[in-house]
Amino acid sequence: MTIISATGLVKRYGEVAAVDGVSFEVAPGESFGLLGPNGAGKSTTMRMIGAVSTRTSGELRVLGLDPDQHGPEIRSRLGVVPQQDNLDTELRVRENLITYGRYFGLPRRLVASRADELLEFAQLADRASAKVDELSGGMKRRLTIARALINDPRMLLLDEPTTGLDPQARHILWDRLFRLKEQGTTLLLTTHYMDEAEQLCDRLVVVDHGRIMAEGTPASLIREYSTREVLEVRFGSEHNAVAAGRLAGIGDRLEVLPDRVLVYASDGEAALVEVTARGLQPLTSLVRRSSLEDVFLRLTGRSLIE
Amino acid sequence: MSSVTDEAMRAGQAPRRFGALYVAEHHVRIWRSYLGVNVVSAIGTPLLYLLAFGIGLGVLVGAGTGPGGVDGVDYFVFVAPALIATAAVTIASDEFTYPVMMGFKWNPIYLGMHAAPISPRQVAGGIVLFVSLRAFATCLVYFLVVAAFGAIPLATGVLTVPIATLTALAFGAPLLAYSAAQREDKGQFAVVQRVLVLPLTLFSGTLFPLEQLPVVLQPLGWLSPLWHGSELGRVVAYGADRPAWLVLVHLLTLVVFALVGWLIAVRIVTRRLES
Amino acid sequence: MTATTERSAPRRGAVTALYAGNARAVVGRGLVATRSSNWVVVISGFVEPIFYLLSLGIGLGAYIGTVTDAGGHEIPYAAYIAPALLAVSAMNGAIYDSTWNVFFKMNFGKLYQGMLATSLGPLDVALGEILLALFRGAVYGVGFQIVMQLLGLNLSWTALLAVPAVVLIAFGFAAIGMGITSYFRTFQQMEWIFIVMLPMFLLSATFFPITVYPEPVQWAVMALPLWHGVELVRGLTTGVIEPVMLVHVLYYLAMVVAGLFFTTRRLRALFLD
Repeated sequence: MTIISATGLVKRYGEVAAVDGVSFEVAPGESFGLLGPNGAGKSTTMRMIGAVSTRTSGELRVLGLDPDQHGPEIRSRLGVVPQQDNLDTELRVRENLITYGRYFGLPRRLVASRADELLEFAQLADRASAKVDELSGGMKRRLTIARALINDPRMLLLDEPTTGLDPQARHILWDRLFRLKEQGTTLLLTTHYMDEAEQLCDRLVVVDHGRIMAEGTPASLIREYSTREVLEVRFGSEHNAVAAGRLAGIGDRLEVLPDRVLVYASDGEAALVEVTARGLQPLTSLVRRSSLEDVFLRLTGRSLIE
Repeated sequence: MSSVTDEAMRAGQAPRRFGALYVAEHHVRIWRSYLGVNVVSAIGTPLLYLLAFGIGLGVLVGAGTGPGGVDGVDYFVFVAPALIATAAVTIASDEFTYPVMMGFKWNPIYLGMHAAPISPRQVAGGIVLFVSLRAFATCLVYFLVVAAFGAIPLATGVLTVPIATLTALAFGAPLLAYSAAQREDKGQFAVVQRVLVLPLTLFSGTLFPLEQLPVVLQPLGWLSPLWHGSELGRVVAYGADRPAWLVLVHLLTLVVFALVGWLIAVRIVTRRLES
Repeated sequence: MTATTERSAPRRGAVTALYAGNARAVVGRGLVATRSSNWVVVISGFVEPIFYLLSLGIGLGAYIGTVTDAGGHEIPYAAYIAPALLAVSAMNGAIYDSTWNVFFKMNFGKLYQGMLATSLGPLDVALGEILLALFRGAVYGVGFQIVMQLLGLNLSWTALLAVPAVVLIAFGFAAIGMGITSYFRTFQQMEWIFIVMLPMFLLSATFFPITVYPEPVQWAVMALPLWHGVELVRGLTTGVIEPVMLVHVLYYLAMVVAGLFFTTRRLRALFLD
């Protein structure tokens, strides 16, 4: 039994196809990511799965139901964390959870006890009667996630869950999401952060211009589309392109970016030795492991964060 | 690169003299997107008030008062100068409330201006300058419309426009001071609108002479800039019979309200921007 | 990639997708939010029509004396304008609640996006907001009725029926207001609402009978919704009950139906497209 199955999913706004024939499946308990730059069609896909946007064509089943026909039934079993927090600023923290639960038609008493549990989970118990505006960015995000869990959903949809948060807040949030995953909640998330996808996703698709470029686990994607290591060398803005011409043949592949040259090789240090052996003196050099960023660059010829 | 720096250094001197103008220019630019709706309302509103008060209420009032009219003239002649002054006060109450809080808080453009070489006094000056301009322009349109319908018998009636603008400042400068001191929106502007501005427009001798009110309520009218502005307007518009000392009192009251309001407003804006 | 299957028929109009029968959750949210609102603001909304009544009723009333209403009866000026002010305050409250308030929540607060991600549908949200507006309208209406009673401006027991009439008027304006607001995207456009409301406020037999105007102007005024509201409430508070009042009621029922139709259609397009 799959929890989401999409086949040839298309969403057109006038002439523009935001999602252009996307197919994938998500199994229960899986943590699945949509990775891509801004404007790739991730959020639109999420909105269709969340039954708040009708598709133009293709097939889509969420929890076995057609979202265009059974919007309320599907939404009643989903938790949605939108890209921008849309907490109710006229209500206090705990009131936000309770009121949201009432939107699902849940009885008041059940919602009240669940709200207290979720405040614990979100580490906000001591903030229960604070105003929303008094919370930090990370706290607001955790409250939004707690709110999305009020109806004990089968699946959580997270749109760019940590965008705009500082590193510490991101790690707290990842920890909370990881706990949910351990408890068996299905997670579907979009991100343009590689480290986030690597941390949280069992499996992901790389999306660009509304199409799926590749699919797999983070490790398998890196194996398939990149080398084990990457050597980054800088020769100064004016000289990178010229220097790259003399690097041909080192490693498996070269990428010339405006500010640096990437040399893909299984052994980065060995590649660096070869570079200097050709009489080139880079201003700086760095050897690192390949990441999903490199996968994206390979697939699209563009950098993910522009 | 360095030529830009020189230019900025030189330009940095200019705001010391013209900062308020730049602030006003900013507001005029924003206002342009409202121009369509403002032009329609500037022309349409006085027409409408003439239709309602001149013809509609005028018929009822005329039937009650007989040929003597109100204050010796037709009802719509009596009301016209007050309508012009009320329009100015309405603009002041719109522009000196939410937009001020907006500029300090939600879309903090005043903080941005202050980060550029513009002083707090110039920020306040620019706001006041812009509102004066807007009030003047709107009142001029009002004047032309009502004059076209014969509601302003005397040529000196054109002075209702500067008088109304002064009334806007007499009411608006203290309001600017109040608004600049507000740090959070708790609906206080809605309260100001309903509990201050509305009674002001209704009980300031605008639609009927102040003497019609119970004696105990009349002193409230004396405190209202709108009463002073409307009465001054009546003197220039149809030669209303008022003693010279009273005319002077009206004028002085308006000037004092505007000046005192301005001084407090500058202090508060300065404290807000420099603390 | 799999071949795309073009859909044969667009799926529209399924009521289940629009309405979860849970508008009360939206009302509940509004009441909780009201609890934390500023009570001075709430009370100040109540004094607004009273200021008009005192100013015009006392100040101008002294000049005017009595007015002949549509049915040919002589009534004191204050008793003539009081029901009109009641209808106007119902209109103003409903329009404010369904325009500025909704505009803000829609474009800035993102409140509705959050609601519609739950099992609520757009119709639940629209109905809930409108019910709240009606509740507030009824509270203000009762308050003003009490003032009228104290000032002796209710001339008949039928004045009791003015409160449900006020709720109907508020319903009509709230439904239409919400429909219109859903089409607006900028503050500038919102200003137009008030440009339309001002002539309606001044000319709809609120402060003087429309018989002072030539016939074509009278017909134009009678086409506007507020005139029907004013006449309905005035008939009830002065005790002049006539069959034509059914027309006024029908006018508002039509507004309600049209308003709800456009609002729902528009909300669906905005949030579920």
